[in-house]
Amino acid sequence: MINQFEVIETNKMVEEENLDVRTITIGISLFDCIDSNIDILCENIYHKITTVAKDLAKTADEISKKYGVPIVNKRISVTPISIIGASACKKTQDFVKIARTLDRCASDLNVNFIGGYSAIVSKSMNNSEHLLIESIPEALSVTKAVCSSVNVGSTKTGINMDAVRLLGEIIKKASYLTKDSDSSACAKFVVFCNAPDDNPFMAGAFHGVSEGEAVINVGVSGPGVVYNAIKECKGQSFEVLCETIKKTAFKITRVGQLVAKEASKALGIPFGIIDLSLAPTPAIGDSIALCLEAMGLEKVGAPGTTLALAILNDQVKKGGVMASSYVGGLSGAFIPVSEDQGMIDAVNDGALTIEKLEAMTCVCSVGLDMIAIPGSTKATTISGIIADEMAIGMINQKTTAVRIIPVEGKDVGDVAYFGGLLGYAPVMKVNEYDCSELINRKGRVPSPIHSFKN
Amino acid sequence: MEKAIITVVGKDKVGIIAKVCNYLAEHNINIMDISQTIVDGYFNMMMIVCLDNMAGGFDEVNDGLYELSKTIGVSIKFQHANIFEEMHRI
Repeated sequence: MINQFEVIETNKMVEEENLDVRTITIGISLFDCIDSNIDILCENIYHKITTVAKDLAKTADEISKKYGVPIVNKRISVTPISIIGASACKKTQDFVKIARTLDRCASDLNVNFIGGYSAIVSKSMNNSEHLLIESIPEALSVTKAVCSSVNVGSTKTGINMDAVRLLGEIIKKASYLTKDSDSSACAKFVVFCNAPDDNPFMAGAFHGVSEGEAVINVGVSGPGVVYNAIKECKGQSFEVLCETIKKTAFKITRVGQLVAKEASKALGIPFGIIDLSLAPTPAIGDSIALCLEAMGLEKVGAPGTTLALAILNDQVKKGGVMASSYVGGLSGAFIPVSEDQGMIDAVNDGALTIEKLEAMTCVCSVGLDMIAIPGSTKATTISGIIADEMAIGMINQKTTAVRIIPVEGKDVGDVAYFGGLLGYAPVMKVNEYDCSELINRKGRVPSPIHSFKN
Repeated sequence: MEKAIITVVGKDKVGIIAKVCNYLAEHNINIMDISQTIVDGYFNMMMIVCLDNMAGGFDEVNDGLYELSKTIGVSIKFQHANIFEEMHRI
């Protein structure tokens, strides 16, 4: 029988420690929408999405009420649009038309983001993928809810450096087109290496080609709960620390599993995966940086930060895997320098740099996330930053990503405000030495060897 | 059997349990377990109730309890028990 302490513990997590289910994301296959006429294609897409996901927002609210746990975001991911639009799109404007259709779906269904304006070009680009990438700056500047991603590398294929080079320029263009909102288009775009097919988190969510007709993926969260648990372990051994995080992660994940199953039943859509990522919010105490600092760091970014993050990430996975029947997506700790007040403070205090963040991404998903840099940064430098992060993913057989925002008209020390869910971020210093000769080489980086691990 | 947990927290006064129990009886909700403490004048109660013969939907009862909580002046939470079972039992 449930006892009072257990009830109080659960409710305390929700009321005081910001435990929530971060997102219910419905993945929808758009293959059956394909048509060579762009208008028919857009109509098919609108009809399919608004039919499959019509009850998403309502169902999420009902489940939230039933269990007394907030479900913060309701989202949709679709099959990469570069594939769906391949036959109909003859120019970038055609792809933008699809982006507008997706945006209309999001607004009519009352979901906050729709992902999948994407291309998978880990080896090379076909014409349609090239066209979609070219259309990204405009697509993201004329829509609100559309999120875009491009996978430019994988451990199996190597890194498509032609795409990396092109994306440096695309990011600059997107930045310029949304200069009035601190280059907010770039906050809705992410570059991946080893992108998972079932990620429920934005901006990188898309419904991979290996997925079925429709699927429910759920992202749980709760850095605040983990932070409070870690605080209780002050001065204790690593064994106690790790066990505490693991047990906490188990409890958090069980909530996600329950919500995912309920949503799946109510919507009649199969349950896919739980994503175990700890995702911070601007709420006080709901911060990854605070978790790391509670382990014994004066400031996140200090020596020891990478170890602390490695422990956090690994223990969250160990607890979470036991709590859910299927784990997938990104599953790690997010370290964005926007939604997390602790990370923002560390940057402002000079404790945290892009280089340290890069090191941290070696032990956690997902990568350089929501990093604002000076608007004057060269395209090749942006490509260089992307290439470094892709190399970490490719060699270490993990997902890595870059969501970087060159903020037009702003420089180090300024603050960029993206509005709404995207929050704000301090503009960080970038190493200004040139890498253009490396980036301007044509072709791709061969896939790495899997033996002789060192 | 479908169960829910009701937690009532607030400043102690006469008739809190009576009012909550009356409401539950009106909606044909059977109380299976009840525990209550008062710490520093604060009333703290947890009930485990059976939903099998509940009159009305979960949402409706939830809204009713919310209205009741405002008239009594305490906080009342009505949650399906699965969340606690899932979180605290393997």
